[in-house]
Amino acid sequence: MSKKEVETTGHSWDGIEEYNNPLPRWWLIIWYICIIWGIGYSIAMPAWPMIKGATAGVLGWSTRAQVAEKIASFEEMNAGVEAELAAADVTEVMPGSDVYNYAVNMGASVFRANCSQCHGSGAQGNVGYPTLLDNDWLWGGTIDEIAYTVQHGVRNETDDARYSEMPKFGVDELLEPEQINQVVEFVMSLSDPDGDGTNISGHSYDAALASEGAVVFEENCASCHGEDGTGDIYQGAPNLTDAIWLYGGNRDTIHETVTYARFGVMPAWGLRLSQAEVNAAALYVHQLGGGQ
Amino acid sequence: MSSTDNSPEHKLYSSREPIFPRRVKGKFRSLKWVLMIVMLGIYYLSPWIRWDRGPELPDQAILIDLANRRFFFFWIEIWPHEFYFIAGLLIMAGLGLFLFTSAAGRIWCGYACPQTVWTDLFILTERWIEGDRNARLRLHRQKKMDLRKFRLRVEKYLSWILIGLATGGAWVFYFTDAPTLLVDLVTGQAHPVAYMTMAILTATTVFFGGIAREQVCIYACPWPRIQAAMMDEDTLTVGYRHWRGEPRGKHRKGEGAAELGDCIDCMACVNVCPMGIDIRDGQQLECITCALCIDACNEMMDKIGKPRGLIDYMALTDEPREIAGETPKPVWKHIFRPRTILYTVLWGGVGVALIWALFARADIDMTVAPVRNPTYVMQSDGAIRNIYDLRLRNKHGEEREFRVSVTGDDTLTVTLQDSDTTAGDTIAVKADEMRIVRAYVEAPAGSKAATSDRTEFTFWVEDGIANERVSVDSVFNGKGQ
Repeated sequence: MSKKEVETTGHSWDGIEEYNNPLPRWWLIIWYICIIWGIGYSIAMPAWPMIKGATAGVLGWSTRAQVAEKIASFEEMNAGVEAELAAADVTEVMPGSDVYNYAVNMGASVFRANCSQCHGSGAQGNVGYPTLLDNDWLWGGTIDEIAYTVQHGVRNETDDARYSEMPKFGVDELLEPEQINQVVEFVMSLSDPDGDGTNISGHSYDAALASEGAVVFEENCASCHGEDGTGDIYQGAPNLTDAIWLYGGNRDTIHETVTYARFGVMPAWGLRLSQAEVNAAALYVHQLGGGQ
Repeated sequence: MSSTDNSPEHKLYSSREPIFPRRVKGKFRSLKWVLMIVMLGIYYLSPWIRWDRGPELPDQAILIDLANRRFFFFWIEIWPHEFYFIAGLLIMAGLGLFLFTSAAGRIWCGYACPQTVWTDLFILTERWIEGDRNARLRLHRQKKMDLRKFRLRVEKYLSWILIGLATGGAWVFYFTDAPTLLVDLVTGQAHPVAYMTMAILTATTVFFGGIAREQVCIYACPWPRIQAAMMDEDTLTVGYRHWRGEPRGKHRKGEGAAELGDCIDCMACVNVCPMGIDIRDGQQLECITCALCIDACNEMMDKIGKPRGLIDYMALTDEPREIAGETPKPVWKHIFRPRTILYTVLWGGVGVALIWALFARADIDMTVAPVRNPTYVMQSDGAIRNIYDLRLRNKHGEEREFRVSVTGDDTLTVTLQDSDTTAGDTIAVKADEMRIVRAYVEAPAGSKAATSDRTEFTFWVEDGIANERVSVDSVFNGKGQ
């Protein structure tokens, strides 16, 4: 190449000339290739929007089919450990094992889909629906008791359900209004270990009424809740000496509970979920912090 | 000149003009050979350096463990949450490029850019097989594909493909144990991704180094466009002393010689140029300042007994001075300017900060994610419990016991789920792994932490063997009033 001026296109406007710096030809060729590729691609793959959906493409590829394929491949991958979980005795699944880790993760999604509506997404519970994070359990907090509760549920129509029924002491006139007032004060006094007139939930009670209520409690309530009021997990009778109240620990709520009784229910999940899902949910709940 | 001219010789598209750079000898060429050997050596050999990484990991000094998202560099181990090191290195690379460009123009392009280095290697191979410029030109112009041309072409492309394979091969070795992978690759046992990566890199290497060459720099690379903003009149670039060289012409003995400049129009500078330009037209976008024309011209000047430096590194400010007969500024004055000093200071500052961060960091680490659904859990005795997910990271090459404690409020106690000890505060974390542990922090019933809204406290994690500890501040939520 010898020294030469840059070529111009010959276009000239008011003396301003246009340089001719031609594009490399291979750029043009690549552009043509892209167009040809684009036509082929739009025939082979879903591409052109129509009134209902888009053209399907001759290869028949779809994201939906891809997702279904992925799900199937994951299910196939997990089939072994899931079968192992379904057949496992939940008391013998060791923390840290593959089955355990799988169960906790599976249980978390089973819980969110089926249990969180009542027990809350963080298992924090709600009024009437127990929190599953604390160390107080109505029907027992060991892994086998939790698994039984999940499997058979509480107070439903199945034969194996957890079942107990508190009498409606007020509505059915089993107790006089006066007696109800007395036993309510006594129940409040049960969770006051230092006896200063204010229980650990922060509610004060009438000590005189409470001592009269002790007799009412012993005759009517102790058979289920225990003479010391610590409850009975075999009858689902709550512990009345602790700080945890399923429906509330203030005077009015306890009064309401004694008068009308409570009848909390839970479905028998064994009828709706697979055995692996039941075991997974139980193991998940057990490791939330309160399991015994 | 006419206002319009649509004559057919003004083409809208141009074909590539093949370039056949001639062999050249000189100090810049020698420097480039050395740099090429060093840089290619680093690239091809680094994955083979061994480094003891314990039983769990390959004993490789430079390892990018994509599956576990770890980067190992000799004694340094970078986890994804320490990505700021990479960001810092990129900032340093950027500032370094500014510094070198403002001081000495496109020396990155001319000496260190992989495109230049590999193209150099490909041209060298081409020369070994097909001969120097003239032989290659002849071969190119020979229309008939005879046996000799066919054999030379096959040899050339085969060697290029082999170089490409080695390039792609070296790349995949950075990601897993190199000796094992080599055996797997040869026996066909390696992962398809490894073969695919090698195939793609082989293809791109041959394409960029063998076929596209200067087209990459001229049409694809943004750097030639950006560099103009970083160069100024003191920046060293390759230039032609036209006041000395012109008028150019063949020197003949006797009459007329005195009127001509030093340039004998031998085209040596053009023939060696890998970009196919004429540096005598002045500084231009295509010039990557590889300095090969300097070597070529100096060789010629020596032959005709004229002083060297007709083509030379020089700055724009030198031109008027030299034309006026003054001595040009010394090179160091071109290089040490406020601008380059500022770049150096910034570059060094980031570098020092990174090194400090590297040595100040612990080999254990923790992040704390409070579980706020619910904000607290009441226990049966009225105690308030908060739940936290701790991410404990062990960057040692062996399993370690981590002890977790809390400070900031005397009534708070911590227990770890799945703890290894009865005290409930110690847990094992495997070598080079992160373990998520649930921590229960409890405040007894009626305590200040249990009854107030927020209590600030600090998590500590200790590694008894390395005597390291790390703290993270967090908040305890009580019942409030």
